[in-house]
Amino acid sequence: MTGDQLLFAILALTACCGAVAVVISQNVVRMAFWLIVSLSATAGLFFSLHADFVGAVQLLVYVGGTLVLLIFGVMLTASGPFVRIRTTLAEGLLGACVGVALLLTVLSGVMGVAWDRVAAHQTAATPPPQPGFNPAEEGNTTRPLGLSLLGLRPDKDLRSPGNEPSTGYLLPFEIVSVHLLVVLIGAAYLARTKRRARPEAIEGTDASGTT
Amino acid sequence: MDGVSLNAYLLVGAVLFVCGVVCMATKRNGIGVLMGVELVLNGANVNFVAFSHYMPLGLDGQVIALFVIVLAAAEAAVALAIALNYYNSFQTIDVDRGDDLRG
Repeated sequence: MTGDQLLFAILALTACCGAVAVVISQNVVRMAFWLIVSLSATAGLFFSLHADFVGAVQLLVYVGGTLVLLIFGVMLTASGPFVRIRTTLAEGLLGACVGVALLLTVLSGVMGVAWDRVAAHQTAATPPPQPGFNPAEEGNTTRPLGLSLLGLRPDKDLRSPGNEPSTGYLLPFEIVSVHLLVVLIGAAYLARTKRRARPEAIEGTDASGTT
Repeated sequence: MDGVSLNAYLLVGAVLFVCGVVCMATKRNGIGVLMGVELVLNGANVNFVAFSHYMPLGLDGQVIALFVIVLAAAEAAVALAIALNYYNSFQTIDVDRGDDLRG
């Protein structure tokens, strides 16, 4: 077993075990911790795939931003210090059975494809890469990613015989930026505390006291 | 990564995806459901980046993975605001108890 395989085995096992522990654990804070473990291991997988910028963004945005947001949500919605909303054993068993069946279905679909032939077909369709500029395989992907978000594709245009430029991602980038603005405004509007229901009205059989 | 095949990465992505789906389906805590969504998106990201490396696609897969990460962050923000509103209305985050539609 080479070092690459050993590293992949460690990272993949950490990611998968973290994901399974997220499903199994009942406490929300422990779920958040295992989610951090799983997402960090996935960032390591990205690094091992030479996607350094995506791995860094995964660590910064996912682990540093989104999970902190989720933990704030856990804090703000906790009714007690050690609140547990349990799923029953029957539901857990049913979920496990459905999950195993779904996993087998997905794996039978994925493993049934001869990816080598697909890759060979696509390689035959695209021109061979020129030596000297091949950033996607060098692991230095920051500048090509930034240029592709600006609509320029030097990694593909330099390979093509010089006829048509490849597809950039300027329009999706703009759409995502506007989407982030809308999300910012919408989340700030939704999260304002407009009214607070009285707890004694909820405790009864009728939850009509929410005005 | 010479010694690792594409199928190994696809296996990891499939396991993450299935864990996320089961987490979404079985958790009764609303925040837990959100964590399931994050797991599903993460499994999709593993597949995107793996295909970007093993297939002659160049950087397309990595760009899509970046968009997925950004959209997941936006989705988490909005869903968290909805969860806070839900908690204000029902005094709990248990998704099984929010079963009336009165505003």
